[in-house]
Amino acid sequence: MVNAFWIIIAGSLVAASCALPGCFLLLRRQSLVGDAISHAILPGIAIAYLFFGRNPWVIWISATCFGLFSTILMDWIHYKTKLQADTAIGVVFTFFFAIGIILVSFFAGNVDIDQECVLYGEIAYIPLENKWLGVPVSIWRQLILLVFIIAAISIFYKQFLITTFDEEFAKLSGFQTTVWHYALMGIVSLATVVSFEAVGAILVISFLVVPAAIAFLLAHRLISMLIISVIVSIIISFAGYWLAIAFNASIAGAMAVVSGISFIVIWMYEKIKKIN
Amino acid sequence: MENFWKFVLLSEFHVRYVVIGCTLISIGTSIVGVFVSLRKRALLGDVVSHAVLPGICLAFLWKEEKNPIWLGIGAFISGWLAIVCTDMIRRYSKLKEDASLAIVLSIFFGAGIMLLTMIQQSDNASQAGLDSFLFGKAASITSDDVKIFGGIALLIIITITLLYKHFQILCFDEMFAKAIGLPVKKMELLLSTLAVLAVVSGIQSVGVVLISGMLIIPYAAARFWTNRLSVLLLIAALIGSLSSIGGVYVSYTISRMPTGPWIIVIAFFFAFISFIFGTNKGKIVKLLQNWQYQRKILDENILKTFYQICEKSGGNISFCSVETILSKRAYSPLKLHNALQRLWKQGYIKPEKKCWKLTPEGYEKGKRIVKLHRLWEVYLMEHLKLNPEHVHNDAELIEHIITPELEKELEEKLRYPQYDPHQSPIPY
Repeated sequence: MVNAFWIIIAGSLVAASCALPGCFLLLRRQSLVGDAISHAILPGIAIAYLFFGRNPWVIWISATCFGLFSTILMDWIHYKTKLQADTAIGVVFTFFFAIGIILVSFFAGNVDIDQECVLYGEIAYIPLENKWLGVPVSIWRQLILLVFIIAAISIFYKQFLITTFDEEFAKLSGFQTTVWHYALMGIVSLATVVSFEAVGAILVISFLVVPAAIAFLLAHRLISMLIISVIVSIIISFAGYWLAIAFNASIAGAMAVVSGISFIVIWMYEKIKKIN
Repeated sequence: MENFWKFVLLSEFHVRYVVIGCTLISIGTSIVGVFVSLRKRALLGDVVSHAVLPGICLAFLWKEEKNPIWLGIGAFISGWLAIVCTDMIRRYSKLKEDASLAIVLSIFFGAGIMLLTMIQQSDNASQAGLDSFLFGKAASITSDDVKIFGGIALLIIITITLLYKHFQILCFDEMFAKAIGLPVKKMELLLSTLAVLAVVSGIQSVGVVLISGMLIIPYAAARFWTNRLSVLLLIAALIGSLSSIGGVYVSYTISRMPTGPWIIVIAFFFAFISFIFGTNKGKIVKLLQNWQYQRKILDENILKTFYQICEKSGGNISFCSVETILSKRAYSPLKLHNALQRLWKQGYIKPEKKCWKLTPEGYEKGKRIVKLHRLWEVYLMEHLKLNPEHVHNDAELIEHIITPELEKELEEKLRYPQYDPHQSPIPY
């Protein structure tokens, strides 16, 4: 029971940290950039593992740098070569992910990172970790990150809001749109890195996009969208855990399935409400 | 080296299958990728590739064996369903294209991972290796696989060849395609189906995560070489197959190296090379064009200066020393020297008494530039109502670009004006 408690807490923290920047990505129509970042951080993680071992802070920094670097590269390719934005995304993230997989398989014997944990994450092992003040250390880290993300978004709420909804107006009003764009990408990268540890590289996208999409269907204001997305993400991680236990399956996968089901339910609810 | 020849000559039975299989697969994916990318749906492949996983798992759960035909059919059905779902979300909710793609991708893949872990926890012995679909395992391609996946690639190539003209119109001018009565919706569906087929054929070699790169990267690389669709397809297929062979070679010679990621890395390398050296919008070509253009502007500006000096002197063909030009325009002496030598070679000026003299051709050319400059100033003032003080800089840029046809049109539209806004005469 205690194990379940810690896993659900970790899931909720990670899901909430992803859902908040996910809302902005969705509104900016850049959801797939989130997908790309979550793949592109892999080489950063592999390199950090290789040189510094299991030091989570170094992994965070190096992976976040790779995430940011990949977005800069995508933008650069898009503007410099006139290839469409989605082509640039596809080119960059597959390349980064390929490099990551090569590094992981090359050093497979030397470091304790393998393709399994790239895929599934280690959320199931969180209760087995060392504890500090009775709480597993990775939960402390996830908590710090969530506090950081909430703080960043509330302090710069106005800037994120205005650059998201009306970039032209923001530019005219003297906001540094590029700075805020990359600030958001940095937050997305950070959130992605932390969720990577918990749920693996590929399912981060479900945490980034689905709660945000559900909130987008329900809310009419940004602030309510953010709050709803956090609530939804907590419910999803709770239900996802029990689904995983029931079917003896991957917790991350089950959370994605639950978010899918909730999306369909909310979507249908919206449709029916409109008809009546 | 011995390994290299062994590989090139395909002397090992097993390697032969892997090379042939991967090459066929990559030709199929690259060709479909070109069309999908041109339709601006490059990430469709990404969605489909993630979405085939639950299909594979369900097919396995049903048949309880790793028969590539059944797994392929399962993958095809769930990939196709994913496309239908993205269309549904886009059409019937207020979510945009990117969100619909991301939602479908993550939910299908999550379901796939859940099923996969369920299968792995079960006692079924034949499940081992099912997860190789995630990252691909080209080394395990057998002769049966080559027949199936090669057959799919062939099917794609034949379909594209038969409907080449139609797809061409669809990609470059959808409106026109609609206007001449092509079934745009159906063709779009066919293209999506081909994309699903390509992805399904490719998961064996690169795995579901990286197959979208196999669709997009060859296109991105080929784009730097040509604008013609037929050549684009050929180059994309060539780059795709070369990187496949390269990837197989790396994993053949170095132990523990995965094939799929190496295919992607080599393809990316090709894309980078194309970006630098490509003949169509490549970096070097662009720099060269830019440089030539700068040189042309410099030459024309010097001729213009000659003409203006000559105009001031009252029409006598004048002599002009380097110092006079330098006093009029801030060029570096070396640059000016080179330009003068160039103009001499082209026959626009010739040296005379330690000075430079305009030849009749040079006079005509300088006159034309001055005329275009002043005509444009008139045009800006009369038709765009710009203040005469603001027209000079714009004219300075446009005078090098105006074609003879435009020149004629300008003259007629302005009815051969006598003077420009600064009261200088316009020479005809």
